[in-house]
Amino acid sequence: MNGKKIPDIKKAFFATIPVMAGYLVLGIGFGMVLRSRGFGAFWALAMSAGIYAGSMQYVAIDLLTGGVSLITAALTTLAVNARHLFYSISMIDKYKNQKKKKFLIFTLTDETYSLVCSDAAEKLGDASNYYFYVSLFDYLYWITGSIMGSILGSVLPISTEGIDFALTALFLTVFVEQWLSTKNHFAAITGVTSSVLCLVMFGSDNFLIPTMILITCMLAGMRNKEGITNE
Amino acid sequence: MNNLHSVLLIIVIAAVTIGIRFLPFWVFRNDKQTPEFINYLGKVLPYAIMGMLVVFCLKGVSLAEAPHGLPELLACTVVVGLHIWKRNTSLSIISGTICYMFLVQLVF
Repeated sequence: MNGKKIPDIKKAFFATIPVMAGYLVLGIGFGMVLRSRGFGAFWALAMSAGIYAGSMQYVAIDLLTGGVSLITAALTTLAVNARHLFYSISMIDKYKNQKKKKFLIFTLTDETYSLVCSDAAEKLGDASNYYFYVSLFDYLYWITGSIMGSILGSVLPISTEGIDFALTALFLTVFVEQWLSTKNHFAAITGVTSSVLCLVMFGSDNFLIPTMILITCMLAGMRNKEGITNE
Repeated sequence: MNNLHSVLLIIVIAAVTIGIRFLPFWVFRNDKQTPEFINYLGKVLPYAIMGMLVVFCLKGVSLAEAPHGLPELLACTVVVGLHIWKRNTSLSIISGTICYMFLVQLVF
């Protein structure tokens, strides 16, 4: 019984090493910034374990210190996290019969998604354990990072200015990686151009929802074009 | 702001995030066949969304004001160049971030 489980755990661990680096850096950054605004380790733990959405948690720091209304917080969360709809949509088939489905859905972040939708998962006959361990490890890295940051932030007097660039670097790396491993770049180009166009038209606070609508329309229009799905 | 309001804010943000992640699974339950169009979106969206996330992260950069997005441009070039060269995710992220922190703290 264990003979089958051990390799899956190992595969999952090796697959998550890049995420470990990214999440520890980002998590530490989050914990430090949060601490600098007067919210200590307990708050970092509660937010990372309960919300578990990196970019939203950075935004949440401003919401907390700004003391915004609950409605504003809900709408902001919708705008920033609506992209997660897309991850769930594309994992419906793979996740719908999983035993630990609820945990898998709860932990479906950008980075976890990029691993569970990958070829490595496809190659395993039964990817259940791989899905679970990848999700679990990523979740633990994020929580560990944010608590570490919170504790370090109160000891180390170093400036964290610019550390949030790790998030940009992470997405840019995934973008480049996807670009290098595919032939058809229509979807990637659509994503960038739609975003830039909507950013110019709607401004930085309101462009995510129009962007997602535009992207969906553009991709719908190209639906029957050969090679578009890179399969 | 008091602690209670902060706790409520975190609960609201967590609840909305969880709702977003679970919504497609509630809509397309076990008993139904997932529509072909949704399957198609599932395959092409990741490529488009990564591009969107990069733009999302850089949305606050002002080209009109000094330093005209130069730190971002340089750090992004480091990430892309390094990734094409080595294809090592951790190396690309850490080098780009250190480069950016150096630029914004000590150069610009």
